[in-house]
Amino acid sequence: MTVPVLLQAEGLSVEFPVRGGLLKREIARLRAVDNVSVTLRSGEVLGIVGESGCGKTTLGRAMVGLYPPTAGRLLVEGRDVATLDEAQRRLLTRDVQMVFQDPFASLNPRKRIRQILEVPFEVHGLASGAEREARIRELVELVGLAPEHLDRWPHELSGGQRQRIGVARALALQPRVMVLDEPLSALDMSIQSQVLNLLVDLQQRFGLSYVFISHDLSIVEYLCDTVAVMYLGRVVETAPAAALFAAPRHPYTQALLAAVPDPVPRRERVTRPLEGDVPSPLQAPAGCSFHPRCPLAQARCRESVPELRVIDTAGLQRAACHLL
Amino acid sequence: MSAEPLLQVEGLVTTFKTSRGPVRAVDGVSLNVARGQTVCIAGESGCGKSVTALSVMGLLPDSAQVEGGAVRFNGVDVLTLPPAERRGLRGRKLAMIFQEPMTALNPVLTIGHQVAEVFAIHGTAGRREAREKVLALLRQVKIPDPERRYDAYPHQLSGGMKQRVMIAMALANRPELLIADEPTTALDVTIQAQVLHLLRELQRELGTGIVFVTHDLAVVAEIADRVVVMYGGRVVEQGGVVDVLEHPAHPYTVGLLGARPRPGQTRHDGHRLNVIPGSVPSPLVRIEGCRYQTRCPRVQARCREEVPALAPVAQGAADGHAAACHFPEGGLA
Repeated sequence: MTVPVLLQAEGLSVEFPVRGGLLKREIARLRAVDNVSVTLRSGEVLGIVGESGCGKTTLGRAMVGLYPPTAGRLLVEGRDVATLDEAQRRLLTRDVQMVFQDPFASLNPRKRIRQILEVPFEVHGLASGAEREARIRELVELVGLAPEHLDRWPHELSGGQRQRIGVARALALQPRVMVLDEPLSALDMSIQSQVLNLLVDLQQRFGLSYVFISHDLSIVEYLCDTVAVMYLGRVVETAPAAALFAAPRHPYTQALLAAVPDPVPRRERVTRPLEGDVPSPLQAPAGCSFHPRCPLAQARCRESVPELRVIDTAGLQRAACHLL
Repeated sequence: MSAEPLLQVEGLVTTFKTSRGPVRAVDGVSLNVARGQTVCIAGESGCGKSVTALSVMGLLPDSAQVEGGAVRFNGVDVLTLPPAERRGLRGRKLAMIFQEPMTALNPVLTIGHQVAEVFAIHGTAGRREAREKVLALLRQVKIPDPERRYDAYPHQLSGGMKQRVMIAMALANRPELLIADEPTTALDVTIQAQVLHLLRELQRELGTGIVFVTHDLAVVAEIADRVVVMYGGRVVEQGGVVDVLEHPAHPYTVGLLGARPRPGQTRHDGHRLNVIPGSVPSPLVRIEGCRYQTRCPRVQARCREEVPALAPVAQGAADGHAAACHFPEGGLA
């Protein structure tokens, strides 16, 4: 059984110029995403995890076309986005939509909810008049709100309600893929599960595929089919979620999972926390970028960058570590 | 251990002045902290957990005021102390660390200068002696290369490092009580683990009592000896950490714990997360009876009439496990 691939990054890199000095000349390039290959299959939830600055948000934005890749390719339904003309690209963007982290910043405060939900239809010249209104009403109901919310302003809604509007806006064009960038992390605990259950229901109902970007590993374990762990712009390990959480192989994945607070109370921890901080991507260490914090680092880890390669017999788990 | 608790908060009421009238952010909160003990105050935004912490410290903004209750520190009600005496306690016997180490440090002063200030203000070290003491502190909170960091400015340090500096400042005068308000919320999970580990180590060394404010029940499980769960300005449940997290009695605690997946739970084996319907009602809304009634799956007529008092519950009553619910899970003791 082969499940079709919807979205694929192939050796994708995204660099940003760093400007400085009086003339704001480019003084360095920051490689936020470095040679990343990930695959999202139809009906699947792909989790992208890692700590601040690991490049997960940049990767997510590149996957919806918000940042052009500086190297590598982005394939949507098998077609290289770079080879498409403007009109074709616009058609493709309908299929891949994004939900942003901060529901307070991602909705225009000067527009009513109705106007916010109209934007996707306007941009793509779809559905007008009564049909558009009907679609918008359907959207708010889909995300568990009522038509009267359409006349409200964003500030009149709670965080959870706003994030539902963010989801409704992404759903407006009936996409096949939604890239969800930390969609729960700005919400209170009791609201997170409301929105998470909504995402699960929508996925089943419409056969959606998600790229779920998160630092919350418990939720990633709960929701995702496949997980990619990023560190300093690179994927260090990727595997089916069950395998990754049961038996993480990369030393960073192991440390990351061990650092997640255990909801079962007990006094002592077995593992010592990882030492040091994530280095700046502008001064990325040579060789394996994790080596300065790695408890197992050896000479070759400081010299050469480990390739991401298959480490299990089924060919599903891959890690970038010299020691595996 | 002495019989008298280090900190005893009794019936604390704190109100905020707003354009739509006074709002009770903290509404009759009582809790005790013993020496060397960690008590977590858990709850969501607006439940009053931070305001409780600030009331104990005496660091409320001008718009807020303690209107009732007592905050006894070593048996002395600090609310009745003259301001100068209270200031003398702060930073010396009582210290606090905040959620945002980025905003809590002064950006234009060096780390060494800021930590040394704590000694200068309380006259606990001379200038020359202070430098040595600061370096020792930075070493104690595991800041690598402390001589170099002494002259660094806050922006040159990572978030985790800044929080270590805050902890160093808080512990400078070996306080008896440390109040930590979401100290790891802004940090990454591996850095959070470092900071929690550090706090535990320092507590073991110094015997500090800790009030740890957090929204994260997994962090509670990691660090707490006792837990106080707040909702709508009131304590809804309290007790030993195992009793509260393993045998929650208040429907709110039950709901919160069920809203998070446990390790190994996935949607693929049909597990659905519990949902607490609706959202926290605005503190401006007057609610007769229990404040959780609008979201409670077990609500009954009595809940709309009578405010439930904290009462011992069946599991763990001997260790002070209590809930403010007419119909707690597992029943009353």
